[in-house]
Amino acid sequence: MKHLIDVLDLTVQEIDALIERAADIVEHPDRYAHVCARKKLAALFFEPSTRTRLSFEAAMYELGGNVIGFSDADSSSAAKGESVSDTIRVVCSYADIIAMRHPKEGAPMVASLKSTVPIINAGDGGHNHPTQTLTDLFTIRREFGRLDGLTIGCCGDLKFGRTVHSLLNAMSRYTGVKFVLISPEELRVPEYLRKELLVERNLDYVETTDLESALPDLDVLYMTRVQRERFFNEQDYIRLKDSYVLTREKMALAKDTARILHPLPRVNEISVDVDDDPRAAYFRQAENGKYIRMALIMKLLEVEV
Amino acid sequence: MIIGQIKNGIVLDHIHAGKAMKIYDALGLGELECTVAIIKNADSVKLGKKDILKVFEVIDLDLDVLGYIDPGITVNIIQNGKVSERKHLALPERITDQIRCKNPRCITSVEQGLPHVFRLTNREQGIYRCIYCESKAK
Repeated sequence: MKHLIDVLDLTVQEIDALIERAADIVEHPDRYAHVCARKKLAALFFEPSTRTRLSFEAAMYELGGNVIGFSDADSSSAAKGESVSDTIRVVCSYADIIAMRHPKEGAPMVASLKSTVPIINAGDGGHNHPTQTLTDLFTIRREFGRLDGLTIGCCGDLKFGRTVHSLLNAMSRYTGVKFVLISPEELRVPEYLRKELLVERNLDYVETTDLESALPDLDVLYMTRVQRERFFNEQDYIRLKDSYVLTREKMALAKDTARILHPLPRVNEISVDVDDDPRAAYFRQAENGKYIRMALIMKLLEVEV
Repeated sequence: MIIGQIKNGIVLDHIHAGKAMKIYDALGLGELECTVAIIKNADSVKLGKKDILKVFEVIDLDLDVLGYIDPGITVNIIQNGKVSERKHLALPERITDQIRCKNPRCITSVEQGLPHVFRLTNREQGIYRCIYCESKAK
């Protein structure tokens, strides 16, 4: 039995196979409409979420399965003080697979140690969010037809932004990828990630505070939100939240073939007047999340067409 | 006071000066009924100053704990007044319940009964990370 706790749990070959499967699901949804009949997904969301939870639920329904679960900790036994271990021991007797979001880092890993069914980490605090990364990879692959030889710009909160950390890790395994890391000084990529990933693995990367000068070189611009919930200090959040805003005017600097990605939700870091630009791929990205999660559920349930 | 020669026991040599008490506590040597000698700041060609621990009985040692606290320690097992075995330590791959994760966002901060486990992620720099949240051990 396999779990997905960190995107690096998957080999490049496994990720490529998931992407192929997701692409086939897009082309032939009817083939997959009943493959998970009589299977149940438990969606355990101890922390609020819109896209991730609904995309997991939609994914399971579109595979012909059913969904049980809760959407915030207050409506679960966690509010009564139940441990993650106990919750999981109980739930895995009701469900065939569990997707779990939890505010504490490492909670899905604890779950995987106790569970008798596959656990999918649907986000654990500021730590990992592997299905977002799979969504990002699938989107880049769909938009460009490849994952190698691309210049990837990541902009915004690169310190606390878990989606960026996972994306850097995942994309670093493909050849010819260049990274441009755009952030205010205070929100630069953490030192350990710079050292252990970027420097030690000799990746091609630059760090800058200037979005405009970086834009013309980018194939992908991955925008992120400065997240209030990652700050202990409200004043720091207010000072940094408007550091970068992508507007229609700035889009004039980008390549015609560039693509803008964002894990969503956005607040104001991408103006709504960018939404109609064909290079804005973030809503397509959100849709892709459903297909890649369908592929992942099938893989972990060991279901074939 | 003269610390006598050990007939059967253990000598932990080449302890970095100042770490003897930490090792004494970590190994629970205070709970032993046999003689235990703590020698601090002894002259050392190799280290300048070193600590030494002598345990006048052969006991089971947690070498992982020792290796984590000070991988430079030499463990001498003494039997019938002679060194029967000499062990050189290395940083262990995993350590359990020796240090606690300091990350307030880590699941270990709220989940009861969860062992605090760290794994070695960089041997040259001796960096350990929590297996749950991947925070660096401090």
